[in-house]
Amino acid sequence: MTAQSGAADVAVRATAIVDANAALEGPLLPILHDLQDEFGCVPEEAVPVIANRLNLSRAEVHGVVSFYPDFHHSPSGRHVLKVCRAEACQSMGGEKIADRVRSALGIDWHETTPDGAVTLEPVYCLGLCSCAPAAMLDGEVTGRLDETRLAPLLDEARR
Amino acid sequence: MTEPLKVYVPRDAGALALGADKVAAEIAREAEARGLDIRLIRNGSRGLFFLEPMVEVVTEDGRLAYGPVAPEDVASLFDAGFLTGGDHPLAQGETEKIPFLARQTRLTFARCGIIDPLDPADYEAHGGLKGLRHAVMMAPEEIVETMIASGLRGRGGAGFPTGIKWKTVAEAKGEQKYIVCNADEGDSGTYSDRMIMEGDPFMLIEGMVIAGLATGATRGYVYTRSEYPHAIATMRDAIAIARRHGFLGPDILGSGHAFDMEIRMGAGAYVCGEETSLLNSLEGKRGVVRAKPPLPAHEGFLGRPTVVNNVISLATVPAILDHGPEFFRDFGVGHSHGTIPIQIAGNVKNGGLFEIAFGLTLHELVDEIGGGTRSGRPVKAVQVGGPLGAYFPRALFDTIFDYEAYTAKSGLIGHAGIVVFDDTVDMLKQARFAMEFCAIESCGKCTPCRIGSVRGVEVADKIAAGEDPEAQIALMTDLCQTMRFGSLCALGGFTPFPVLSAIEHFPDDFHPARFAEAAE
Ligand SMILES: Cc1cc2nc3c(=O)[nH]c(=O)nc-3n(C[C@H](O)[C@H](O)[C@H](O)COP(=O)(O)O)c2cc1C
Ligand code: SF4
Ligand code: FES
Repeated sequence: MTAQSGAADVAVRATAIVDANAALEGPLLPILHDLQDEFGCVPEEAVPVIANRLNLSRAEVHGVVSFYPDFHHSPSGRHVLKVCRAEACQSMGGEKIADRVRSALGIDWHETTPDGAVTLEPVYCLGLCSCAPAAMLDGEVTGRLDETRLAPLLDEARR
Repeated sequence: MTEPLKVYVPRDAGALALGADKVAAEIAREAEARGLDIRLIRNGSRGLFFLEPMVEVVTEDGRLAYGPVAPEDVASLFDAGFLTGGDHPLAQGETEKIPFLARQTRLTFARCGIIDPLDPADYEAHGGLKGLRHAVMMAPEEIVETMIASGLRGRGGAGFPTGIKWKTVAEAKGEQKYIVCNADEGDSGTYSDRMIMEGDPFMLIEGMVIAGLATGATRGYVYTRSEYPHAIATMRDAIAIARRHGFLGPDILGSGHAFDMEIRMGAGAYVCGEETSLLNSLEGKRGVVRAKPPLPAHEGFLGRPTVVNNVISLATVPAILDHGPEFFRDFGVGHSHGTIPIQIAGNVKNGGLFEIAFGLTLHELVDEIGGGTRSGRPVKAVQVGGPLGAYFPRALFDTIFDYEAYTAKSGLIGHAGIVVFDDTVDMLKQARFAMEFCAIESCGKCTPCRIGSVRGVEVADKIAAGEDPEAQIALMTDLCQTMRFGSLCALGGFTPFPVLSAIEHFPDDFHPARFAEAAE
């Protein structure tokens, strides 16, 4: 596929997503979430499509994408590991767990392993504060993280 | 033919985080291998997270609990005959008599963990829809008056009287009004909204419909966080089921009134829990805080009259309509009426959801009910009310759970989360984190919040490095004053609470002597 046909393809699929949500009141966040589900990110090529269909400026769309930590322009790894950094998890040694994760994966927050397996994101509370420290791998939650529970989680993430 | 034996294994994210799915699968597998006919029900959580995954069986003596169950325990549970209440080291006896639960007063969480969250018949069998059935027979003003009389104050943090808010929206002019449920629950130490959405979602829907009847709003949104995929999935299913059963849609319970709703997902920004930021986000904008006035009640979602209420506020409405405002109002102390679901979290032995009338002391909550720390070390500090809440030392453990009592101690109860820390905690680090969190999450609108928080982190680092700590502490205190009075919303305005409380109550952690020693 050439770069151009790739971009055209993105535009077609993005248009379908935008149109599917267009009747909603305040459609932009649902659209951005759907784009991320489809492409793993909000592709740059989708921005003019959104701007056009929703009658916004490109700058406005960019402004929204850049405001929210969940949205990004380049795809994450195959897995996303979110490790809680908030207070309840801190109280149960969450910082040490996070350090272990970073050194085991050899990456820092917001980074992706070179093989593209996993992106590490900080999260500020998963609502698992009575089961701290907590993490979420692609929507699967784990609590009371210690060395024993961490090992299989990291194996899973590296896959 | 005999009925299959019922086994409950929670589907609450907290239970899942501790392996509930594996336990459920193991129970199903073991039952089949033994040729036993069981009915596995995935309930919400009772909130006893120190016993999760907590498996319950139904016997002649009521529901009996076993926990915390690991997949490896399942075979031995079967060997012990747990399906009919057999004894086992994990046996906790009758669930309702477990002290942590027996001491509670559950009005809002009356059904959570008991019913199948997505079974409307189970919901109704446990008192569901009674509030709404009353409400459809009442005039809108009567519903509003009932809510005002109940004394319910918003459970999202600010503690504003819910009935008054509804009255403002009811009286506002507008063709289209909205009920927006704030389910953004970003405070560390809190998960009560999540538990309701996963464990008793119809109650939230019922509360929103009643709010719609009271104010004339016909559309509702639940705005929740992307960190809550399980809650989102359950709410989506619940909304579809509620429509099929006629308590959502064009003709609510045959009353001729319409109300419909959908769920919307945030995108990782804490500040979007602030109601005006939330409304901007819902509209598809950057989640920047709006100046008030105009109030959302007058110009909210898309500029139209909007009720913004927390999940627990709305979820408490059906019980108030069912039991009457006096019943609710009579619980509590001072101007804090009713019950409050307190979330006991962090380094605590018995962590979980504890719903009780206002008025318990921190000592009762942390030492008696919570049972002290999980690590077994002494309690050093408790943060009440999330990342914008103050840190309390033992000396203030006589503070009672009440909005005004916390305000008087330069703190807040917020969304009623309490996070326990043992004596290994470094309060300077906690103060630094409060500033760091504010810097990360600031919406950027006001300078004291956006820049002040970054400066706060630097100052904390200087204190830690032993660079003229006395002067730096004075600087930090000044900075907090600026943030306190120069910020538009509570993110910048209340970040000083954890910082100043840490400095005031734990001076040793900031004291120059500490660094002098460390340097030697
Ligand atoms: C930074 C910030 C975050 C907030 N987060 C939440 C939240 O996650 N959930 C919530 O219900 N209220 C939150 N609030 C409070 C809301 O602005 C608002 O007071 C509340 O939704 C009103 O509902 P209630 O009256 O039922 O409490 C937050 C406020 C601030 C300043
Ligand atoms: S205090 Fe902070 S979060 Fe609140 S409006 Fe100002 S900049 Fe935004
Ligand atoms: S603080 Fe980590 S899950 Fe709530």
